[in-house]
Amino acid sequence: MTEIIWIGRGGQGAFTAAKLLGAAFAADDRFSLAFPSFGPERRGAPVRAFTKLSDKPISDRSQTVEADHIVLLDKTLYDKSLHRLLKSSGTIIVNSRDSIPDTVTFDADSIARELKLPTVNTIMSGVLCGLYGTVSMEDLFAAVEKCMPRKLHEKNRTAVRRAFDEVTP
Amino acid sequence: MKKFLSGDEAFAEGVRLACPEVISAYPITPQTVVVEKLSEMVENGSLDAEFIHVESEHSALSCAIGASAAGVRTFTATSSQGLLYMAEGLVYASGGRFPIVMMNANRATALPWNIYGDQRDSLALLDTGWIQSYAENAQEALDLALMAYYIAEHRDVSTPYMANLDGFILTHTYENVDIPSPEQAKAYLPPYETDNRFDFDHPTNMGFSAGPDTNFIFKYKEHRAFDRARGIITEAEQRFAEIFGRRYTGLLDTYLTEDAEYVIVTLGTIAGLCRNIADELREQGIKAGVVRIRYVRPFPNDEITTALRSAKAIAVLEKDISFGNAGTVYTNVTSALHWGGITAPAYNFIGGLGGKDISADDIREVFRRIQTGTDRLNWIGVNENEH
Repeated sequence: MTEIIWIGRGGQGAFTAAKLLGAAFAADDRFSLAFPSFGPERRGAPVRAFTKLSDKPISDRSQTVEADHIVLLDKTLYDKSLHRLLKSSGTIIVNSRDSIPDTVTFDADSIARELKLPTVNTIMSGVLCGLYGTVSMEDLFAAVEKCMPRKLHEKNRTAVRRAFDEVTP
Repeated sequence: MKKFLSGDEAFAEGVRLACPEVISAYPITPQTVVVEKLSEMVENGSLDAEFIHVESEHSALSCAIGASAAGVRTFTATSSQGLLYMAEGLVYASGGRFPIVMMNANRATALPWNIYGDQRDSLALLDTGWIQSYAENAQEALDLALMAYYIAEHRDVSTPYMANLDGFILTHTYENVDIPSPEQAKAYLPPYETDNRFDFDHPTNMGFSAGPDTNFIFKYKEHRAFDRARGIITEAEQRFAEIFGRRYTGLLDTYLTEDAEYVIVTLGTIAGLCRNIADELREQGIKAGVVRIRYVRPFPNDEITTALRSAKAIAVLEKDISFGNAGTVYTNVTSALHWGGITAPAYNFIGGLGGKDISADDIREVFRRIQTGTDRLNWIGVNENEH
């Protein structure tokens, strides 16, 4: 099973990212769960969301304690203790212009500004999948169309493609 | 057709397929999505129902009772404080034998205020005469929406039905769900027909009083309907399997219990993690098993006894506590064990209150403790020296 923890602030779309990835993976008749953390629901508060992916039905609905990837939409939420939530082979991916030791950083804010996107969730989804092949770009496109309102499709497709282009050779 | 849906959304799809004619509901987290989806369906014409926006849960159920008394299929949904606010109406619905279907999103009860999942709301109302089911995943939730009407409206049952979904862990978790076609649903679910309704051509007295000379007979009949519901639940599931190809297992679901020595008995979504840990223990040579109670009313007394025949020790794991005693599921299970002559020790584990995550390690610890023997009542995650 592949497990991803998404960390962001209320309003940044961490749960939407978790859901997009789950929907993209499940499109090929595979299995996924996507759920929000059950913490304070208010704009700006730190929030977590989880995606679990498997070729077999998933019956463990508990919160992830050994993740393959932790994706941070906001670098101010990075803390060294997050490494304790990773598998030994796991990675932490941070939206940050500056490098952070033992993490993969990617400057998603600049792209969001350029594309006039209010948040980086689909960009960071593209980064994750571009780097690790979690799902294909096409499957992520399809999930954007399935899970997001129509007026957001074009911008978020562009965001996903741009992220893939930046991280894949 | 497969869709990536939350438990709430899946249940709403099931209700759409059941075609209720009247829906009256008041929104409350984590049930809100069901009400939103159904009102959208009514608005866009994909569900031909009267959607009554009410001012409270008390009114939501009262409207449903009135509509059901007019002889139409009805739906309502609630959670936690909303369910408690309905409590007065719950016994009107069951005593009046109105087969209303309600979805309840299991959520903690106040105080302290908490919107997250536990099962203290519905379990506090076990004695109100409603059938109670507990789903494990979104597919089962959708399927139960259809089966609920089949069972509740059956002439041998005529009893309201509360379909419980663990708050957030099921209501807000997204997964792939197979949505049956309207044709399949129509083939499965007959139109609601009853004599228990207002009828100008055949006027009868409804909602009457009954004194000491007859009241107890009405209560006896309500109880008998639950006995008959056991058979109708089996019938509903057999018919369901014939039409939709998915098979359910009645009042409970057993896992590796044929030869299990150490068994967790639980309900709702946590059963999946328990099965995973049972697999883990089996690899170490420990005969572990799991019983998931699907219906708490009617209660699977005989089925539990059969499933626990080879048990050396039993854990009852629940998101509930009846202060001053034990968890309510535990007291129900132990009475079943007593009736069935099972003398293996049974221990109660209280966890997940107020939405607290129950982890794989927590479940390993439950299995470990029942192998060595432990307190009768165990609070998962509570350090009794600290609090």
